[in-house]
Amino acid sequence: MIVREILGEAGQSMGANRLRTGLTMLGMIIGVGAVVLMLAIGQGAQYMVSESIASMGSNLFIVLSGSSTSGGLRTGSGTAPTLTLKDAEAIEELPDVEAVAPVMPNNAPLIHGASNWSTMVAGTTPSYFAARDWSFVSGEGFTENDVRSATRVVVLGQRVVQNLFGDEDPVGTTIRIKNSPFLVLGVLAPKGQSLDGRDQDDTALVPVTTAQRQLFGDQFPGMVRFMMIKARTRESMPWAEQGIRDLLRSRHRLRPGQEDDFTVRNLTALAQTAAGTTRAMSMMLGSIASVSLLVGGIGIMNIMLVSVTERTREIGIRMAIGARRRDILLQFLFEALMISLLGSLIGALVGFFGAFAVSRIVGMTVVVTVWSVLLAFLVAASVGIFFGFYPARKAAGLRPIEALRYQ
Amino acid sequence: MNRPLIRAVDLVKSYPIGAGESVAALRHVDFAIDAGEFVSIMGPSGSGKSTLMNILGCLDTATTGHYFLNGQDSGRLSADALAALRNRLIGFVFQGFNLLPRKTILDNVALPLLYAGLNRPESHRRAAAGLERVGLGSLARQRPNQLSGGQQQRVAIARALVNEPRLILADEPTGNLDSRTSEDIMKLFGQLNEARGITLIVVTHEPDIARHARRLIHVVDGMIAGDGAVESVLQRTAS
Repeated sequence: MIVREILGEAGQSMGANRLRTGLTMLGMIIGVGAVVLMLAIGQGAQYMVSESIASMGSNLFIVLSGSSTSGGLRTGSGTAPTLTLKDAEAIEELPDVEAVAPVMPNNAPLIHGASNWSTMVAGTTPSYFAARDWSFVSGEGFTENDVRSATRVVVLGQRVVQNLFGDEDPVGTTIRIKNSPFLVLGVLAPKGQSLDGRDQDDTALVPVTTAQRQLFGDQFPGMVRFMMIKARTRESMPWAEQGIRDLLRSRHRLRPGQEDDFTVRNLTALAQTAAGTTRAMSMMLGSIASVSLLVGGIGIMNIMLVSVTERTREIGIRMAIGARRRDILLQFLFEALMISLLGSLIGALVGFFGAFAVSRIVGMTVVVTVWSVLLAFLVAASVGIFFGFYPARKAAGLRPIEALRYQ
Repeated sequence: MNRPLIRAVDLVKSYPIGAGESVAALRHVDFAIDAGEFVSIMGPSGSGKSTLMNILGCLDTATTGHYFLNGQDSGRLSADALAALRNRLIGFVFQGFNLLPRKTILDNVALPLLYAGLNRPESHRRAAAGLERVGLGSLARQRPNQLSGGQQQRVAIARALVNEPRLILADEPTGNLDSRTSEDIMKLFGQLNEARGITLIVVTHEPDIARHARRLIHVVDGMIAGDGAVESVLQRTAS
C-alpha cells in the first residue's frame, strides 16, 4: 500500500475513537508541555544570571585589603588599611592588566531640593567605568584632572536619579552630599541586580581624592577599601592574578612564608560558577519534566496494545484481502506517531502559553527558545516510534488465520 | 499449459494438543481443480473442510504435503508473498461477511486495491464500478451495519471481485442468510463462473447449496469421501 494511504488508514482509526485518542494524547500534551515550560523557566534563570554577569563587567578581579586585628579580634577582610592609591597605580603598570579602579565606599545622605536619599557614595577613579564596562545615558564621567584636584563632582546611578529627580535630567544641577555641594556630571546606564542581589544602580560615584579629603575624612591618607581590576583577556586572568599577588607582596614587603595582607578574588570565576549552577538546575527541571514524557509514551504503548487486541479481527480481514506485514506495521506505527506528534504539538503550545502565564502571574523571567520546543518535539516523536513499535510489530506478526478467527 | 489452478498433494494438517500429541484435521488429501470449475466442498462440521479452505486460501499452511496455487508451492512462500497471492489471485467471501464496520461500503470494496498499490481516487473509481455490478451502486456511502445481510454479502462479493481474481473462495457464504437471499447469492456465483470464467469453490454443509456447483468434493474425518459430479456424490452419501 502507498504510504500516503496507510497514513489515511491510521488517521481514520484515530478518529474512530476520539475520546481514547484524546486521553492518550493528553499524556503527551502534559509531557511536552511540562518539558517546554520547565526549560523556559530554567533558561529564564540562566538568562537572569548571564545578564548580571554581563552587567558586572568581564574579566574582573576584586582585591580587598587584609583584616585588621584590634585587641586580639580579627575584624575581617577590607578592614585593615593595607591597600593604597600607589598600589593601584603600580598594578596598572602590569602587562596583563587593563584597568584598575581603587574604591573607597561609604554611606552618605544626598539632598536635592526637598528630596533626600541615602546611598553608597564611592570614591574612585575614571578607570572604574572601564573596569565595570559602565556607560552613561546622559552627561559624562569625571576625569583624571578631577581626581588630581579633588573637585566636587558626582556621577549618579539610575535609582538615585529616580529618587532625587524623578523624570528630570539631573546633569548640570547641584546636589548636596553630607552638606557639601556637588555638580552632577553624568547619569550611569542601568545595570539592575548584581549576582548577590544588590541594586547596582543605587550608587553615586565621586573622585577618590574628593571622597578621602572632603567626605569621609582622611584617617589613613591614600588608603582604599578595595580595587576593581580588569584583565586584558579571559586567558590572561591567571597571569594577571599572579602578577597582582607578587607585586603587592613585594610592595608590602612580605617575607616568604608570611600571610598575604590582602585578598584577590576572581569575580568572573565566581560568576561562571553561578552560571554553572543555574544551568544544572535547568537541566534538572528538564529531566524531571521528561519523566512525564516517558509516562506519556508508556500511555501510548498501553493504548496501542489494547487497540491491537481489540482490532485483531480487523487485522485478520485486512491480511485476508492482501495486507502485507509492512502495511499493518506502518498503520499502527503511524497511529502511535500521529498521536505523539499531534500531542506534542498541542503540548508545545500549552508549554509556550503556560510559560507566559507563569511570567505574568509569578513575575518570573522565562525564555522559550526554538531549540527547546524542537527538542521536546523530537523526543516526543522518538517516544511515539519507540513505544508504538512493539504493539505495531505484534499486530504485524499475527498469523492471518488466527487473527481472522479471533472473537 | 494444462496445469490445474489448484493442486493438493498429500496434504496433512495437524494441531498439537500438548505432550507431543496432535490431532489431525486433514489426513493425506489429494485433488486438483482446473481453472473455470465451480466446486462445492461439503462435509459435516469438524470434518476438516474449513481447515482445507484456509489452506486453499493461503491463510494457513499445511503441516506436510504440498499445495500448489497457479503452479506455486505455497509452503515455500514468505508471509508477504502469500499476502500478495491473496490480494491478486484470490477473493474471499465469508459466512460472517467480514466487512470493516467503521468504513463505508465504498472504502470496504476499495481496500484490496489500496493494498495492491493503487491510489485512493483510482481504487474508489473501480470500487464504485464493482458495487454497480452487484446492484449496490446507490449504497456506496453507507456503512455495513446499515445494510441487510444479503446486501452485506453482495458488498463482500464486490470486494472479492474488485481485484479481478482468478479464484473465489466462499466459506459458508449463505450461512447467515435466509433461503431466498441464499438462492440469489448462489445464482450470482453461478453467473460469475459462467460469464467471467472465475473458478469458484464454495464450502458448505447444505446439499441444496452444494447443488449449485457442478462438482462436489465430500470431506469426512479429514479425508475425501467422494469427488465427482454433484448428484452422483450426493446419492452415494445418502445411501
